[in-house]
Amino acid sequence: MTYEIPELEGEERAVATGEAVGEWPLWEVFVRAKRGLNHVHVGSVHAADAETAIQNARDTYTRRSEGVSVWVVPSALIHASDDSAAMFEPFEDKPYRHPTFYEIPDEVGQL
Amino acid sequence: MTFDLETDTRLAYVLRLADDLLINSQRLAEFVTNAPELEEELAIANVSLDNLGVAHALYGYASELGGGEESADDLAFLRDEREFTNCLLVEQPHRDFADVMVRQLFFDAWHLVLWPELESSSDERIAAIAAKAAKEARYHFRHSSSWVIRLGDGTAESRRRAQRAVDGLWRFAGELLMSDRVDADAAAAGVGVVPERLADSWHREVRAILQEATLVVPVDPFVAAGGRQGRHTEHLGHLLAEMQYMQRAYPGMVW
Repeated sequence: MTYEIPELEGEERAVATGEAVGEWPLWEVFVRAKRGLNHVHVGSVHAADAETAIQNARDTYTRRSEGVSVWVVPSALIHASDDSAAMFEPFEDKPYRHPTFYEIPDEVGQL
Repeated sequence: MTFDLETDTRLAYVLRLADDLLINSQRLAEFVTNAPELEEELAIANVSLDNLGVAHALYGYASELGGGEESADDLAFLRDEREFTNCLLVEQPHRDFADVMVRQLFFDAWHLVLWPELESSSDERIAAIAAKAAKEARYHFRHSSSWVIRLGDGTAESRRRAQRAVDGLWRFAGELLMSDRVDADAAAAGVGVVPERLADSWHREVRAILQEATLVVPVDPFVAAGGRQGRHTEHLGHLLAEMQYMQRAYPGMVW
């Protein structure tokens, strides 16, 4: 709860107009769980700039020790593939592209 | 309260550290559901919970020092206004986000310089709590200082509000840097620190941020004090009424 404090003379009091104000831009958040692992996308945050985006990401996504490093990227800069059938379906009948399709000679040992 | 704070200055010292944190935590909690963005609400709640965690550890220790008759919860929820020894700064209400962040800057800067000193307290319990709190304080300071810089060096409106917050809260910050007999006794015993010794560091940290924020440091030397002696502004009673309501209305209630 807040308490009314008398305004000083000449001060203008901000009045809620009910109009929507501009939202902060959206940032995509990538967290590295520990050294040696890749940064992995975990979600997004709103923030006015990169520094506050990192702070917000820290408070939103690492407060239970989930990470040792955070990247943020403006969401607007991410270009996504379309989800059409032509994009990925052609690979579904080509199992031989998996390395497991081939017999590995014993001499090779551990790959 | 059955404690004798006149004779047990170690207990009095622990209590004032705890009271500052509990009252500040409650003030920040008021901003939950009222922050400008969901992300900032989480950030403020994080700081509030950090403060509450340290306060809880300190009240637990105070309870032991007092012979265990009053639990940590009793100390937080069943003491009256005059028994709280928090500084006046943390009980000050906020009108807007600038008030919250400037109050936080002054308070975080205090902990930024205080906890590293208390890490070498001769009292092992205080030293251990200080070591944990010092890490948290560094992040809290980063959070509040970056906001004060953005507000001060932001739009005309944000600057006006940030300067208004600085002008309004400055007089309450000085109390953090003033000592009384409890501080002196605690320092003499190697348990605590005399606040005046940290004044230069506090001013350096805070003024550097205000300067970067293009905000004017008030020149008014007046310091409003009395919180350490239990003499509070009218705002603490309202805060306690809300914070202690459950335990007062339903004594011993747990969930």
